[in-house]
Amino acid sequence: MEEKLHLLGKEATEALAEAKDVKELDNLRVKYLGKKGALTELLRSMGSLPKEERPHMGQVANQVREQVESAMNEARKRIGRLEMDARIANETIDITMPGESFGHGTKHPLTQALDELKSVFIGMGFSVVEGPEVETVVNNFDMLNAPKNHPSREMSDTFYINEKVILRTQTSPVQVRTMMNTKPPIRVISPGRCFRNDTPDATHSPMFNQLEGLVVDKGSTLGDLKGSLEIFARHLFGEHTQIKFRPHYFPFTEPSAEVDVTCFKCGGDGCSMCKGSGWIELLGAGMVHPNVLRNCGIDPEIYSGWAFGMGIDRIAMQKYGIDDIRLLYENDLRFLSQF
Amino acid sequence: MLVPMKWLQEYVTVNVDTKELADKMTMSGSKVEEIKTWGDKLDKLVIGRIESIKSHPNADKLVVTSIDIGTDERLQIVTGATNIREGDTVPVALDGTELPNGLTIVAEDLRGEMSQGMMCSHDELGVPKNLIPESMKDGIWILDEATPGVMFIDTLPLIEDVIEFEITSNRPDCLSVLGMARETAATLNTTMKMPEIQLKETGSQWTDKASVKIEDPEGCPRYVARRVENITIKQSPQWMQQRLIHAGVRPINNVVDVTNYVMLETGQPLHAFDASFVKDQTIIVRKAAEGEQTKTLDGTLRTLKNTMTLITDPEKVLGIAGVMGGENSEVTPETMAIILESANFDADRIRKTSQQLGLRTEASSRFEKGQDPELSLFAANRACQLLEELEAGDVCPGIIDVYPHPVSPRQESLRPYRVNDLLGTNMTSEDMVNILHKLEIGATYKDDFIHITVPTFRLDLEQEADFIEEIGRIYGFDNIKATLMKGDIMVGGLSHRQKMEEEVKKTMSVMGCYETATYSFVSPSGVDKICLSENSFKREFVKLLNPLGDETSVMRTTMLPNMMEVVSRNINRSVPAGRFYEMGQVFYGQLGEDQAVLPLEVTELVMGMFGEENDFFTMKGMIVHLCNRLGIETLTFQREINHSTFHPGRCATVYVGDQLLGTLGEVHPLVAENYDLGSERAVLAEINGDRLLSLANIEPLYKSLPRYPAIVRDLAVVVDANTPVREIEKIIQEQGGELMETCQLFDVYQGAQVGEGKKSVAYTVTFRHAERTLKDKEVNKQYDTIVAELKNSLKAVLRA
Repeated sequence: MEEKLHLLGKEATEALAEAKDVKELDNLRVKYLGKKGALTELLRSMGSLPKEERPHMGQVANQVREQVESAMNEARKRIGRLEMDARIANETIDITMPGESFGHGTKHPLTQALDELKSVFIGMGFSVVEGPEVETVVNNFDMLNAPKNHPSREMSDTFYINEKVILRTQTSPVQVRTMMNTKPPIRVISPGRCFRNDTPDATHSPMFNQLEGLVVDKGSTLGDLKGSLEIFARHLFGEHTQIKFRPHYFPFTEPSAEVDVTCFKCGGDGCSMCKGSGWIELLGAGMVHPNVLRNCGIDPEIYSGWAFGMGIDRIAMQKYGIDDIRLLYENDLRFLSQF
Repeated sequence: MLVPMKWLQEYVTVNVDTKELADKMTMSGSKVEEIKTWGDKLDKLVIGRIESIKSHPNADKLVVTSIDIGTDERLQIVTGATNIREGDTVPVALDGTELPNGLTIVAEDLRGEMSQGMMCSHDELGVPKNLIPESMKDGIWILDEATPGVMFIDTLPLIEDVIEFEITSNRPDCLSVLGMARETAATLNTTMKMPEIQLKETGSQWTDKASVKIEDPEGCPRYVARRVENITIKQSPQWMQQRLIHAGVRPINNVVDVTNYVMLETGQPLHAFDASFVKDQTIIVRKAAEGEQTKTLDGTLRTLKNTMTLITDPEKVLGIAGVMGGENSEVTPETMAIILESANFDADRIRKTSQQLGLRTEASSRFEKGQDPELSLFAANRACQLLEELEAGDVCPGIIDVYPHPVSPRQESLRPYRVNDLLGTNMTSEDMVNILHKLEIGATYKDDFIHITVPTFRLDLEQEADFIEEIGRIYGFDNIKATLMKGDIMVGGLSHRQKMEEEVKKTMSVMGCYETATYSFVSPSGVDKICLSENSFKREFVKLLNPLGDETSVMRTTMLPNMMEVVSRNINRSVPAGRFYEMGQVFYGQLGEDQAVLPLEVTELVMGMFGEENDFFTMKGMIVHLCNRLGIETLTFQREINHSTFHPGRCATVYVGDQLLGTLGEVHPLVAENYDLGSERAVLAEINGDRLLSLANIEPLYKSLPRYPAIVRDLAVVVDANTPVREIEKIIQEQGGELMETCQLFDVYQGAQVGEGKKSVAYTVTFRHAERTLKDKEVNKQYDTIVAELKNSLKAVLRA
C-alpha cells in the first residue's frame, strides 16, 4: 500500500510537470485528486487495513497528497505564466497611431498677456479695479487735468455718445473713480477696453486694451515708480532687462515719462523689432498731477502718487510676434488655437 | 520739428556729434524721431556754366550744350531740359559719377551727338519733390552765382544733419530753432545766444501815413507792422533755400522765404501783404460779420462766422487772422512794397476758426498751440534784417506796435523740499536754482523758497509741479535712484468676482472652448440678423455720434450677433468645428442729448459652437459642468419655444432656483441662413454673467467618504414617447426617499420592441445608508414605491 502511494505520488508529480495548459491540468486534477481519482480511491481502500497500520498509512497518504497538491500549484503557476506570455505576445499595439485628442481651449492671447501683467502687480500688493466702458467726459478728461482744448477730446480722436458721454479713451477714469471712493493708501491696477477713433489697419484698432496702475500714499516718489516698473519689467522680460525713463508730457502726470525697456528680442543689441535702437517703448508713466489729486478730493500736500499705463495689444503683439492687430479681433480659430 | 544742425549751431555751441546730441536731447525731454543726413554722394559733382545751347540736329526735343567746367576743354552735354539759358551755372555729373538716386552717369551717344555728362535736377540730387522750388520743378537745378570748375558741395551748404524732434503739445516754444537752441544749451550745460539785430532802415518814414487799429483785442493781443519798400522779388540765395529745404519747407521767393525762415527760427508766424493793396495804409483787426465772404490766397471763397478775427483795410478783407492771407493782397512778382505783419492771436479763437473753415495752415497750427506775444516785435525785426541782408528791399524806419496789455513774466515760488520729496532725490536748493537758470527761468533762493520768474515764452509753467518736472528732467530721470515702495503693507489681489471670472475662463478652456475678443460696438442690423423680436428692449441702442461706420455704430445689447459673426467667419474659412466663448459688457439705456448719464453695463457670457460633436446637449453639458465647477449645483432647464433666435424645438432656458441664468439652443434655420452657415448648425448660449458670478462660490467643503456599500438597481420603464425624462427623474427623486443617493439615465430606446408612440427609459438607481449596510428588503420597498408612482402619474410600464 505504502509503495503504491509513493508510486502514485511520483507518477502524478511527473505528469503535472509535463502539463501544458489549464485543460490538461484540470484533467490531471480529476485523475488524481477528483472524487473518483486514483489517490482518492486508494485512500478510500484504507478502511480495509488493519487498525494498527492505519495511522502510519494515513501519514504517508497525507504526505503524498501534499506532494501532489504542491506539484499542482507549481504547474498552475508555470502554466499561468505561459499563458500570460502568449497573451503579451498577441497584444502588441502600433504605438505610432495617434493619441486621443482632448480639445483643450485657450484664453485669448490678450487675456493671457494681461494675466501675466496682472500677476506681477498682484504680487506687489496691487488690487484689480474695473470700471465702465462708456464714461463721462468729466471722468475721462476733466478730472484728469486734460486741457479743454486738448486734441484727444476732438471727435476725430474720441467716440462720443453725446456731448458729455464718450467711450473711454483710457482706463484712467477708473483711477478717478478709485481715488474718489477710496481713502489712500491706494495701490491698484485697472485693465480694460478702450476706444479711439482710429480706422483699423495693421497697427491701429478703434478698440484696444490698456492696463493702468495707480499708487497714492504718503511719500510716494518718482524713485518708487522707477523701482516698481523695473521689477515689473524684469518679471516680464527677464532678469537682465533694463528700463529707461524719457521725460514726456501727459496732462495727468507731472513729471511725466515714457518708459523704454531693453529689447526683449535682441537684449539691446539692436534688431528689426526695436528698429535697431535696442529699446522698445513700453509704457507712459509719471507722478500724479496735483490738480488730479485735488480734483479727486486728495490733498496733494499730504499724499503723492504715481501712475502708469500700457497697451496690452501692443505687448501681446510683441510677445507673440503678431504683425497685425486686426488678427486679435478676427477670432479665427486657427489663430486663437496658437496660444 | 526738423532742426538742421548748422542752423542750431548758429545759436548754441554743440560739442558732441549729432547722434550723441540726439540721445541727450531725448533724455532731457525732446524726443528724437529720426536723424536725416543730407548731401550724400554729391562730392563728385562740379559746377558748370552753360556757354551755348544749340538745337539737336536729329531730335526736336533735345538740345546740345557746351559747358565750361573750369578747364580749357568744353564739355558737350545733350539734354531735354527746357528751363536752362546760356550763362546759367548748374551742377554737372561727369562720366562715371554715381548720383544719390543710384544712377551712374556715362558718356554716351544721344541720337548722333556725344553727351559727356549730365546737368542735374533737384530730384536727381536727392531733394524730395515737394521741396523743389516751383521754377525748377521740372528742370535743371540752376544756381544763381557759382564758379565753373568748383566742386558743387563747396558752393552750397548741401551737407547737413537734420534732427527731427517730437515736440509735445505743452511746448509750442520748442517749435523753433531758437527754442531748441535753448533746450540744447540746458541739456549740454552751455549757453545760447539770440540773433543780434541791427537794421540799416534805408526806406522812407511811413508810420505817420499808416495805422493799425485793433477792434478785437481779445482775438488779437498784439499787432506789429513794418514796411519794406523798393522790393525786388527774386529767388532767395542758395544758403537760405538749402536751409528751408532741410527744414522741410519749399523755397518760393525771397520775401516769402524770409517770413518762413523767421517762423522756423523764432516760432512766430509772419505774413507779408502787398502794400499797394492796403487801402490808406490802414489795417483794422476786427471780428467777421456772420456770413461775410472772402477769398483766401489758395483761391477758395470762404464764408465766415462772427467768431472769427479778420485783418482788413477800410474797404476789404485782407486775410483771416492767423490762418491764411487773402488773395487780393498776396505778394506777387510785381510787388513793390510790403507790409510785414507779426501779430499775436488768441489760441482758442484760431483753433475754432481753423476747425470751422476746415483749413489748417502752418500758421494756424502754431497759433492754436499758443504764442508768446513778446516775440512779435523781435520776429518782425529779424525778418527786416534778413530782407536787408538779402537786398530784397529797403526797410522803412518806424514800427507800428499795437499792444494794449503787455504781458510780463509771472512770479511763482517753489519749496525745495517738495522737489526731493516727489522725485526721491537729494538735491540742494542751489542745484535746483542752477537747473532753472539753464532753462532761462529766473530763480533765487530766499527764506526756504525758490522765487521764480517764469519767462513769457514758457506758457506751460503754471505751478510748483511744473518746476519740479523741469528740475527733474534736466537733473536726469536716469540719475534718480530706483527705490522700493514704502508705506503700509497692502495685500491686494483679486476680488471674489474676479476670481470667479478666472474660474469661468479656466473651465471653458478645459471644455475645449476658445476665448474670443469682439468689438463692444456693433452694427444695429445684428439684432435683425438674429431675428430678435420686434418689441425686444435689446433693440434700444446706445448710439455713437461719430462712429467709424454703420458696422460699429451702436453699443451691443446682446453678444449673440458677435458670436454668430465668429461662428460664421470660421465656417466660411473652412474651419471644421469650433467652440467659443466671450465674457463682456452689453449696454442698455437711452441717453439724452446732453446728459452725463451712463448706460447700464451688464456682463454677459456668450458661448457658441458648430461642427461635429457640438450639439444642444454638448452645450447643455457645458453649462452644467461650468455651473458645477462654480459651485452652482441645482440647475433647471425649461423648454423655450418663443425665443426667435433659436430653433423652437431645440431651445431651453436655464434657471438657478427661480433666477433666470440664460438661454441656450440651436440657432433657428433663418438665423443660420442670415449668417451663411450653409448646411452647418450652430448652438449658442447667452448667460447672465453678473448673476453667474454672484451665485458662484467655490470654497469646497469636504464630505466624508461613504463607509457602507451601496445597493444599485436598474429601473427601465416604458412611457409615452413625448414624456420628458425630467418627469421620470422627478418622480424617482421624490419617491426614492432618503436612501436614494443618485439616479443616472443610461438608455433611451424607441422602436418596435416597445411599440408605436412609446419609449423605454432606463436608469441606474443607487441606494445607500450613511451609517449601516442596507438590507435588500428596504431597497425593494423603496423601489416598488417608485415604480408604483411612475405607473400612477405617467402610466409607465415596468420593462421586464
